[in-house]
Amino acid sequence: MTRAVRLLVALAALLMASAYVLPLWRVGLVAPQYPEGLGMKIHINTVTGVKEMDLQSINGLNHYIGMKRIEPDAIPELRFMPMILGVVIAVAVLAAATAKRALLVAWALGYWGVCAAGLVDFWKWEYEYGHDLDTVHAIMKIEGMTYQPPLIGSKQLLNFTATSWPDWGGVALMLAALLAAVALWMTFRRVAALPRATPVLPVEAHA
Amino acid sequence: MASTPIRTITTLGAACLIGATVLGYACSARQGGVQTLTAGDAAQRVYVPPGSMDEFYAFLSGGFNGQVSVYGLPSGRRLKTIPVFSQYPENGYGYSEETKPMLATSYGQVPWDDTHHPALSQTNGEDDGRWLFINANNTPRIARIDLTRMETDEILEIPNAGGNHGSPFVTANSEYVIASTRFSVPVPNADVPIGDFKKRFKGQIAFVTANEPGKMRVAFQMIVPGFNYDLARAGKGPSHGWFFLSSYNTEQANSLLEVNASQNDKDFVAAVNWKALEACVKDGKGKPTPVEYMHNVMDPFTRAARSEKITSVTEVVAADCPGSIYFMPTPKSPHGADVDPTGEYIVAGGKLASVIPVHSFSKLQKAIADKAFEGNLDGIPVLKYESTLAGEVKNPGLGPLHTEFDGKGYAYTSFFISSEIVKWKLGTWEVVDRAPTYYSVGHLMIPGGGTMKPAGKYAVALNKITKDRYLPTGPELTQSAQLYDISGDKMKLLLDFPTEGEPHYAQAILASKIREQQVRFFKVAENRHPMVARAERETGVNREGKVVHVRMTAIRSHFAPDNIEGVQVGDTVLFHVTNLEQDWDIPHGFAIMGNQNGELLIMPGETRTLRWVPGKAGVYPMYCTDFCSALHQEMQGYVRVSPAGSTVALTATLSKGPVTAGGNK
Repeated sequence: MTRAVRLLVALAALLMASAYVLPLWRVGLVAPQYPEGLGMKIHINTVTGVKEMDLQSINGLNHYIGMKRIEPDAIPELRFMPMILGVVIAVAVLAAATAKRALLVAWALGYWGVCAAGLVDFWKWEYEYGHDLDTVHAIMKIEGMTYQPPLIGSKQLLNFTATSWPDWGGVALMLAALLAAVALWMTFRRVAALPRATPVLPVEAHA
Repeated sequence: MASTPIRTITTLGAACLIGATVLGYACSARQGGVQTLTAGDAAQRVYVPPGSMDEFYAFLSGGFNGQVSVYGLPSGRRLKTIPVFSQYPENGYGYSEETKPMLATSYGQVPWDDTHHPALSQTNGEDDGRWLFINANNTPRIARIDLTRMETDEILEIPNAGGNHGSPFVTANSEYVIASTRFSVPVPNADVPIGDFKKRFKGQIAFVTANEPGKMRVAFQMIVPGFNYDLARAGKGPSHGWFFLSSYNTEQANSLLEVNASQNDKDFVAAVNWKALEACVKDGKGKPTPVEYMHNVMDPFTRAARSEKITSVTEVVAADCPGSIYFMPTPKSPHGADVDPTGEYIVAGGKLASVIPVHSFSKLQKAIADKAFEGNLDGIPVLKYESTLAGEVKNPGLGPLHTEFDGKGYAYTSFFISSEIVKWKLGTWEVVDRAPTYYSVGHLMIPGGGTMKPAGKYAVALNKITKDRYLPTGPELTQSAQLYDISGDKMKLLLDFPTEGEPHYAQAILASKIREQQVRFFKVAENRHPMVARAERETGVNREGKVVHVRMTAIRSHFAPDNIEGVQVGDTVLFHVTNLEQDWDIPHGFAIMGNQNGELLIMPGETRTLRWVPGKAGVYPMYCTDFCSALHQEMQGYVRVSPAGSTVALTATLSKGPVTAGGNK
């Protein structure tokens, strides 16, 4: 691992760490009755309203369609995610500190795996909220209608236009994932360029 | 629209022909003000497109409706009525248990009044947008309206006053709000012959501290000769520390005042050195005197008002505080006493005067130093008219009332009798423009026009007569204000807009100064009402003798509980309804059939209580009166009332399951 790669990994660790303070994702809802919009911010460990009372208002509206209340305490992933990301960051920091290629590979693959799992899990929660409706108590029952917000992009759900985009924390995590790819490419491009007969040795000694 | 100006001129000409037989003077004076603005120009200047907002908030008193209404300028659109001294069925003000105490007075509950002069609070001689003060003319009171919620928060009764017309007027840093009496009355009030007026009747000027919410107090009260006292302005800049107020009926008539109070050539503008008076009271020259008056305050945490009776006021007389008050003779039955933005000139509008006299603050100081006195009334030196006079505006019109300023060296005076606004130049005292009003303007208002920083873009004429200006509505016609563009050399009439009640006087402030601080809802978590239900599980009913308390919540689109049984004839039911919404613009209403009291309008996060005394057995529907949601019509329930002594248990329920053909699951 070259100094440049180690710096890249360290930077990626910082970017990942920023996800503890910055929200990862933002779901917005705009309707004629809510021209100023309602919204949710998904953090690594909780879900909050964009405005102080937005989550409560969204839950209040959701009772019309029989959607479950969005209770951050009832979502176990929000408890595991900080720990999982903590491990990923620790591996990145170790890789940067020790310059061990195996650690770099482990970090990059592990991190991509975690990112993919996170997105799938988020999509699964959206699917469940959107489909698991209380048909007995729902006030509005529209044949065939479900209320799953998009993972990314915009979608019309009755009178609401729902939008879903990464927030700053999500952008930081994506950048970190990109840096992982760059770090791997910079490292293994050099390895591939070495003569075949030469045993694969740590390259930093030559740097 | 080329024909419009021609038609206007023709109409004016016709009006002058007819008017000439009555008031020839007025018409000759008026022709200079013929409008040349086409209707299209004016329409563009007052048009606020759908979705856009006005540039100014205007607060117009409602005269005999006892309230304040909020309008947008330049559109003239009414945005809200703020109930102040009168009950207001629309939102339950004065009907709910939380708001009834606001209307308590030493005379008992007085649920109506007559509002005249709104006054914005000031900092450094400039409107600061914190509060609006307003007087109750009939039963002397001053209210403080909070401008983040546009709600009445506090009402203080003024003791020893008989009609609180000359009120409220604010000092440059809101140190004091002053309130002078219109009617002189016996002080203390007592059963005396009215014929003893000159001997027993006194005037008073109250100095109210109002700079701390919830703590309005009559700091001291000056007892003055038994005249009628009227409009006032605080000094500013060099004259800060002084107050100028007009007086009339210096004849001290107690009957047929229209004749008997119009005899003297000159009445007075009182110049009060309130800083000297304050120091004099601090030196112990004031006397605590027993008297009863009420102070009503809305608690910010329970959002319920409470009343306290105050039993003493500090009275002070001029003779004990030399140098604190002077009389400046002024022709004739003056109404306005208006200080220009520099603080140097005091303009007096004499209702029956043929000139507008302008007093000079610096000449006043010199006259006091030179002792240029022509007499003394109850220990108050009377200055010589010429000694304080800066100049007179000659032939201004008929019936000058009130003057405001544009901050560009011009003054604008309203003329009731000749029904016009006259623009004149400070310093040269020459009339430069006239604009007719339709009809009989009383006060006029320029945003900040009484402060050190006027926004000289618009003037609003607050008219007394509308006659042929609107579609007629039987004998009682609409009241009206008019908007003028005063940004150029010539005043231009832009808009007539109808108002609620008599638009007696107004204040206006740039919307940007207060728009962003508007409260959107109250936090349920911070609600400290003793009967709050912060969630549906906290609701319920309980009986205390003949009183049934119902703790209730309202949220789209149901009440909890919504079925109540066990109420008996002879019970008093108190519905304590908490609106659980935590969102903007989602009030809920609450009403029950046959209630002789009123209904509620409950803002998000607050608790309001409705008293109901059912008179006969039966089932009573209750429902939400504010169209809150798509299922607003479903937001309803029932109360069962049984005969006195019935064995029906007191219960309250909220159905959880869907209704099937067989009833509740």
